Amino acid sequence: MHAILEYGFLQSALLAGLLASIGCGVMGTYVVVKRIGYMAGGISHSVLGGMGAALFFGFAPMKGALVAAITAALLIGWIKLRWRAQEDTLIGAMWAMGMSIGILFISRTPGYATDLVSYLFGNILLVSREQIGHMAALDLLVTGMVLAFYRQFLAVSFDEEFARLRGVPVNFFYLLFLCLVALTVVLLVQVVGLVLVIALLTLPAAIAGHYIHTMGRMMIAASLLGMVFTTAGIMLSYYLDVPAGAVIILIAGGSYLASAVFSQWWQQGKARRSLARMFHPGTR
Amino acid sequence: MKAIKIHDLSFAYGEIPVLDHISLEVPEREFLGIVGPNAGGKSTLLKLILGLLTPTRGSVTVLGLPPEKARTRLGYVPQYPAFARDFPVTVEQVVLMGRLGKGRMMGGYSSADRDIARRVMAETEIANLARRRIDQLSGGQLQRALVARALACEPEILILDEPTANIDMRVENELFDLLKQLNERMTILVVSHDIAFISGYVHRVACLNRTLICHRTEDIDGQIIQQLYDNEVRMVAHHHH
Repeated sequence: MHAILEYGFLQSALLAGLLASIGCGVMGTYVVVKRIGYMAGGISHSVLGGMGAALFFGFAPMKGALVAAITAALLIGWIKLRWRAQEDTLIGAMWAMGMSIGILFISRTPGYATDLVSYLFGNILLVSREQIGHMAALDLLVTGMVLAFYRQFLAVSFDEEFARLRGVPVNFFYLLFLCLVALTVVLLVQVVGLVLVIALLTLPAAIAGHYIHTMGRMMIAASLLGMVFTTAGIMLSYYLDVPAGAVIILIAGGSYLASAVFSQWWQQGKARRSLARMFHPGTR
Repeated sequence: MKAIKIHDLSFAYGEIPVLDHISLEVPEREFLGIVGPNAGGKSTLLKLILGLLTPTRGSVTVLGLPPEKARTRLGYVPQYPAFARDFPVTVEQVVLMGRLGKGRMMGGYSSADRDIARRVMAETEIANLARRRIDQLSGGQLQRALVARALACEPEILILDEPTANIDMRVENELFDLLKQLNERMTILVVSHDIAFISGYVHRVACLNRTLICHRTEDIDGQIIQQLYDNEVRMVAHHHH
């Protein structure tokens, strides 16, 4: 344990993991419930375009990522609403185009190879104090928006038609929602890299959804699970000296698979017990 | 003032005509049944009244206003709920959604909203299910929750699209008894495929098969039904109260 106290970079990494987990729990719950994991994947991969451009022009990659993620989210949302394009094709196009733009910029920037790998798979041990400040700000923004418009987000994601009939500006909230997903993606790219974002965004919420069935509690549980996964992953990767992003995802993925099996078994057990009580009252 | 006024309305999806020169006036406090074969345009007519679709020709006026302006004063119970049955919400949360669009924009529901939700859940006899998740409801219970959500809007007009499609006969009777009670304070439009059943409740029946013909309930007989459905429907004994 003394490694945590001794090394500043480890403290920063752990803090970044905790901060990312908050956004991932809150927005991940919507992503899982609305089944838009593929959309989140599209946004996260298109982020490479922004990171590549930022690298080429000499900005902080996170700023480029932010611009690219919001642009991709708004483009996907706007084209879908305005032109009724088929969503999966549209997302696939944004996904591939973003990555292609990123690759072109990076190939024109000297010394690109190491940066590329850390963008794709994350390098949380290199996260700076300044980045942590930005991550905290993104968290505040995302959770603040969700708290302020909780009713509208719930109504729009539950039953869009009915929300529209109630006079809720559905298109506005849809676009705002996609922007919040984009912000969360940027948050998570810092930790696990853009390829692995979908996993960290969806797996904690999906595990929470196995046992918890209201949105608010799912968000809290998913955030806590995310914190456990990132913390365990960072510590393990430090002692094993392997990349943290990959370890975090393997822990989260393994937990998800185990939980999928366990929750099924548990539900069936519950059903059997309640049947037994119904037909043999008095026994347990 | 008429609750709903439809004048020479036509609607087509692309090149496929669905509604053809329809005129209809619904006075306040009427209980109107809309019947007709599948694909006869029933749901389309409702969506035009709700302002979810725009007429190709003609006009719709609801409570003296264009439909988009009047829609928050309507309550709507859809035929196929547009949501996933396993969505993690409780009955109470769903009913509260009927309160959206009234009151403040940010933050939670007011205590007045919660009182109204409680009242309509009592009225639809689902108060005991308030904390139940919607994926644990029977078809009839879900239907009541959707009626409660529509009532939480405190509507002047209640619009129901095939409210009894997925529930059994006994529940169907209960639901229409409730609608009859509600009719004392609001206009009701109900779409059904079962003309024999609803004619025991409604004041008038509008028969819709691209064109629309209205009948007073007393005048409905086997001949009218046959005209409408082209002999495909067996005549069922009328349901009287």
